[in-house]
Amino acid sequence: MALASHRHISSCLCSIHSSLCYSTRPEMERSSLQRQLANLKKSLFDQGNLDEQFDQLEELQDDASPNFVEEVVTLFFRDSSRLVANIEQAIEKSPRDYGSLDALVHQLKDSASSIGAAKMMKECTVFREYCDKRNLEGCLRSFQKVKKEHSTLRLKLENYFQLLRQVGPAEKATRSGN
Amino acid sequence: MAVDAEAQFHVLAVDDSLMDRKLIERLLKTSSSFQVTTVDSGSKALEVLGLKEEDQTSTSALSPQHNEIEVNLVITDYCMPGMTGYDLLKKIKESSSLKDIPVVIMSSENVPSRINRCLEGGAEEFFLKPVQLSDMRRLGPHILKGKHKEQQQLHQEENSNTNHTIMGSSNNNNMSNKRKVMDEEILSDRTRLGFSSSSLNLI
Repeated sequence: MALASHRHISSCLCSIHSSLCYSTRPEMERSSLQRQLANLKKSLFDQGNLDEQFDQLEELQDDASPNFVEEVVTLFFRDSSRLVANIEQAIEKSPRDYGSLDALVHQLKDSASSIGAAKMMKECTVFREYCDKRNLEGCLRSFQKVKKEHSTLRLKLENYFQLLRQVGPAEKATRSGN
Repeated sequence: MAVDAEAQFHVLAVDDSLMDRKLIERLLKTSSSFQVTTVDSGSKALEVLGLKEEDQTSTSALSPQHNEIEVNLVITDYCMPGMTGYDLLKKIKESSSLKDIPVVIMSSENVPSRINRCLEGGAEEFFLKPVQLSDMRRLGPHILKGKHKEQQQLHQEENSNTNHTIMGSSNNNNMSNKRKVMDEEILSDRTRLGFSSSSLNLI
């Protein structure tokens, strides 16, 4: 694996040129982290978890607001978790109030659109269509998909912000796919 | 003395969602050096604008000594519990003291009848969420237009009042003096830069 061979090379160099190593080893680790970060970002976009709205958020981040994107994403997951829990309650209630259910899914979709959570938006749209038709089975199926995407996105983004922190504040992840 | 016209503009953003308030505040501050105040409801917005609860149905103008700050533009979400963005728009437009403040409405839903209703109700613009940086550029002309109207109103008041105090006088009406000075400087900036009243563009 590329990572292992990098570590091997760098440790060999260290035994010969220790002063040189002092400046190259952190750099090598850093560039490997940068690559991981770029790959994760690319995967988020290629897999359709995120769209260009997320890029918009990153454009709004600067020295005055250095953690803006993570703060917004944190707020998103706070709102979305609450909504998912409310949807869970509403969907199990009997008799089912499809109007209220639809309103909750609508709120979730709007929230998702603010951070560019494209897949979540799509799943919510399908969910709303089933609400419209009062199709319980369809609702349950699409709700499962919404919850799955919610978890996946949360995991990927937690990873993403952790990598960002490791790479260092001066670093900005490259654009999706570039 | 050259005045940075943009730095003086104060925008009041209204949205019940904390995430959206954070977003709109960043958008406003990033695009122009606006001063931004955010509130989570229409009734709080009216408080900030200086319309007290009991006065919210009347058209009385409040003197600047009340707990009011000068707002040059209101940008509000449409869907809010209690007072909707449309309700807030109507209250502002029905108030003699606030009617010239430009109002922009935001909504995640693209409903033509809703958009028309808002525009007919006096909204300057209707933004679809998620709001973009490019949308922010559309705010400038409306803010300047609002300032111009306010300027005209102040000049009308001045003409009927022979007491021309501008700077340095001991006057308990400090707020309106400060506003007058700012407005006169903005007006002279506008004339200098050759803006026409029909097409104002803030880059």
